Amino acid sequence: MPTVTVTTRDGRTKEITAQSGRSLMENLRAGGIEEILALCGGCCSCATCHVYVDEDWLSALPPVSDDEDDLLGTSGARQPNSRLSCQIKVSDALDGIAVTVAPED
Amino acid sequence: MTHFDVLIVGTGHAGATAAIQLRQLGHSGSIALLGEEPCLPYERPPLSKDYLGGTKSADDVLFRPSSFWSERAITLIPGERVETVDPEARAIRCASGSTYTYGDLIWTAGGRPRRFPGAHVIRSLADVDALRAHLPDAHRILVIGGGYIGLEAASVLTTLGKQVTLTEAADRLLTRCSAEPLSRFLEAEHRSRGVDIRLGTPEIDHDTFDLVIAGIGINPNAEPLLAAGAEGGDGVLIDDHCRTTLPHVWAAGDCALHRNPFGPDRPIRIESVQNASDMATTVARALTGQPQPYRAVPWFWSNQYDLRLQTAGLSHDHDEALVRGDPATGKFAVIYSRAGRVIALDCVNNVRDYVQGRALVERGAEIDAALLTDPDVPLKSLLES
Repeated sequence: MPTVTVTTRDGRTKEITAQSGRSLMENLRAGGIEEILALCGGCCSCATCHVYVDEDWLSALPPVSDDEDDLLGTSGARQPNSRLSCQIKVSDALDGIAVTVAPED
Repeated sequence: MTHFDVLIVGTGHAGATAAIQLRQLGHSGSIALLGEEPCLPYERPPLSKDYLGGTKSADDVLFRPSSFWSERAITLIPGERVETVDPEARAIRCASGSTYTYGDLIWTAGGRPRRFPGAHVIRSLADVDALRAHLPDAHRILVIGGGYIGLEAASVLTTLGKQVTLTEAADRLLTRCSAEPLSRFLEAEHRSRGVDIRLGTPEIDHDTFDLVIAGIGINPNAEPLLAAGAEGGDGVLIDDHCRTTLPHVWAAGDCALHRNPFGPDRPIRIESVQNASDMATTVARALTGQPQPYRAVPWFWSNQYDLRLQTAGLSHDHDEALVRGDPATGKFAVIYSRAGRVIALDCVNNVRDYVQGRALVERGAEIDAALLTDPDVPLKSLLES
């Protein structure tokens, strides 16, 4: 099972054993990262599952859709490596990916 | 009698969020999350969408796994219904006879669906499980109510191949919260997918259907607080820090009657995840010595077929509803204003206008109608002007 390294807002790092086939957001929540609110449940309707993806992993991810791009635009904390974690499906190919929870807006 | 420093009644979005945020914000006292249902806290929005359609399981809709709550020392007390609240003794008594005392009480008991004889409802996992158990043998299904729950159910059931009839007592869909252009657009969309929509108190013989579902709103669960002397009526009244008029009693979510900074000049209730979650956070902040008044732009979403609806703001008492874009393209927005200020947007397959329009709502921007209705003019550019 793929492993995800998460840095939370207090700077602490945690390793999560993720489930392939589920979204990164679902895996972060199941892994106890309470900062991931994901209010809309993962249907790309809010921006409360915002993470920064380690630069080395950006190219392994599917491109940002127009909707995701627009929603990320609502965040004052957007960076070039910003993603909505509900839009990333975890697979073995992402084993070892590292993400940081973005600050609250 | 068991004591908790914070006792939360109701395990929906507001209750679960309050517990999570209290710990997140550093509360170290004892916390309990008490509710009527037998299961772990779960999310309700998928009940009328993916869970009804069978593409999400009961595990998929849980807020958090069970270990999450125990690891954070949040005590879950399932299967308890509160009958009375004694604000002087700071105690509650449940139907089971159990009593609990509290330092602070957070009332997030939500609402109960209005019933129609013989009809299923969609509010809890148990409701939808009961409904789904009948689905294999149900071909002709009647949905009563043209609000969001009824429309989402009609969408899922039609997609499952059912023959759906939807009745609405008013002369259009979504009368409570949206203007006519959105109502007529959704009416046409549902009809084109085979839903038989009957408007304006139609006479329908319920016996000709295999299954009947009512989505006709909720009544807030506030009676024990009102009986204890809390102010309110259609819900329990709270101030901008989510305090009720009873000492050490707070309320959040569907049952909370409040003056919304983005709403009309009277107390209202809002039934949405955003409202539940942000009010719960407001309470958690107050209880951890970091108070911030509730002032979040309301937002809401609905999915029907391949249509994504997103709403920002509150359209109550709007005096103008402008259409931006051509509904025939399946992508447009309805922009609501009151006294010249933008107060809300309903957006269909139009995340960009939703995102940019939200900023207009937040500022209460006064914008010329000709500019608002020109889809070639980005809403963002109007904010800057």
